[in-house]
Amino acid sequence: MKTTILLSGCLAFLIAGTMTACSSVKEYQKSRINDSEMTLSNRKAEKNELNFQSYREGASGANGGKTGGGCGCN
Amino acid sequence: MKKICLTVVGMYFMLLHAFSQVTQDSASYKPRKLKLDEVDLVSSYYTQNGDHSAVRGGIGSEKVTDLANGLELKWVNWDAHQRKNTLTAGIGIDHHTAASQAWISKTGASHRTDGLRIYPSLDWTRENEQKGTSFSLGAYYSNEFNYKSVGLNAGATKKTKNNGELGLKLSAYLDQVRLIYPSEFEPASAYLGPGGGERKHPDYGSTPRQTYTASFSFTQIINTRLQAAFLLDLVEQHGYLGLPFHRVYFTDATDSVEKLPSQRFKLPLGFRLNYFLGDRIILRSYYRYYVDDWGLRSHTASLEAPVKLTPFFSVTPFYRYYVQTAVNYFAPYEQHVKTDAYYTSNYALSAFTSNFFGAGIRLAPPKGILDTHLSTLEIRYGHYTQTTDLVSDVISLNLQFK
Repeated sequence: MKTTILLSGCLAFLIAGTMTACSSVKEYQKSRINDSEMTLSNRKAEKNELNFQSYREGASGANGGKTGGGCGCN
Repeated sequence: MKKICLTVVGMYFMLLHAFSQVTQDSASYKPRKLKLDEVDLVSSYYTQNGDHSAVRGGIGSEKVTDLANGLELKWVNWDAHQRKNTLTAGIGIDHHTAASQAWISKTGASHRTDGLRIYPSLDWTRENEQKGTSFSLGAYYSNEFNYKSVGLNAGATKKTKNNGELGLKLSAYLDQVRLIYPSEFEPASAYLGPGGGERKHPDYGSTPRQTYTASFSFTQIINTRLQAAFLLDLVEQHGYLGLPFHRVYFTDATDSVEKLPSQRFKLPLGFRLNYFLGDRIILRSYYRYYVDDWGLRSHTASLEAPVKLTPFFSVTPFYRYYVQTAVNYFAPYEQHVKTDAYYTSNYALSAFTSNFFGAGIRLAPPKGILDTHLSTLEIRYGHYTQTTDLVSDVISLNLQFK
């Protein structure tokens, strides 16, 4: 478990470092990036899909959704 | 389905009425008073079937239906320092039926086979566009017959110089699990009244469960067509982490209530990558690795490909693959031995793979649909299968008003 946490930390640092080295994109170049389908979050219509997946599967989290609350026991 | 239609139509007219009181602002105007900016209505109908009910120790029907309706209202204003304040109030109401609930009674005669969950929430965000920072606070409550949950969260984000954004969110969920045992284990004290008399409705009592989460995020625009997000959650749970009405049958055919450790640490790591391919196709990909100290490891990979048939109408096929190992404490029906320290026959904690696929359509014209305040309409359908034989279908509708 400790090894996993350490590896996760290293991976996060590596990804963050790689990403910050990216070339800058000007505001006027963001027409595609700002498209509503390009958002880096879940769709609102996905909310209940994520709910049932977190109840029917053992894993949850790291998707911007809730990580607790609600029973889901049926 | 009739219920969904009636709910949606009712809420649609209610929202049209609400927006009809508001005049249209120009794009540059920044209101000082709180102004209703966006309303979202999400309705879903979920149905499932399977043959590994946790209530009966890993056998029996898992038939469930769930009708979920959520309404979210968002108000916005700018203060004297040109900081954007967003207040979001939400309420959700779910109604479910579950065949397994009848088997809380040993003979399958429990009368209650349905239930209602109500969950309001309130969030406030202050965003300083000049500094590229934001700060948020939120509260959440959920109430159903056997479970209550109070959630609090605080978060902050900071934009970097190179089109990136760092985020941190801290959440706490303080839950109460109502101790509803299978009928053969129901304590006689549940029926004892304060004066020693008999209660008509038993007092089950409850026990706490706490979940604390630290969520880290980092998003980055990589070039004019590609952006990515890195997500990491550290989740710590304490308290009663099983459910009192989940049975376990041992090798000698006697039964007990599932027993799980009172602590769990979860570590999910997620990565999103979105790419605009050509002029019409977008690729939305997601991968998550998950590990916890109960021995469960999982991989999740999904891909969505919205195809823009026009600039404002898209069709989105999607596919999700999921695989997990079992927790150390899982065994099927009548396979646990009584000397086990912990035991469960809940198949959500067993080893399996699952596939989820479907499609959605999204309509979002700039002047609203048919020139009304209805700005976005999205419908999604998905079909889900597990190698445990659990099968489910979900259809969702999102209406957004601006």
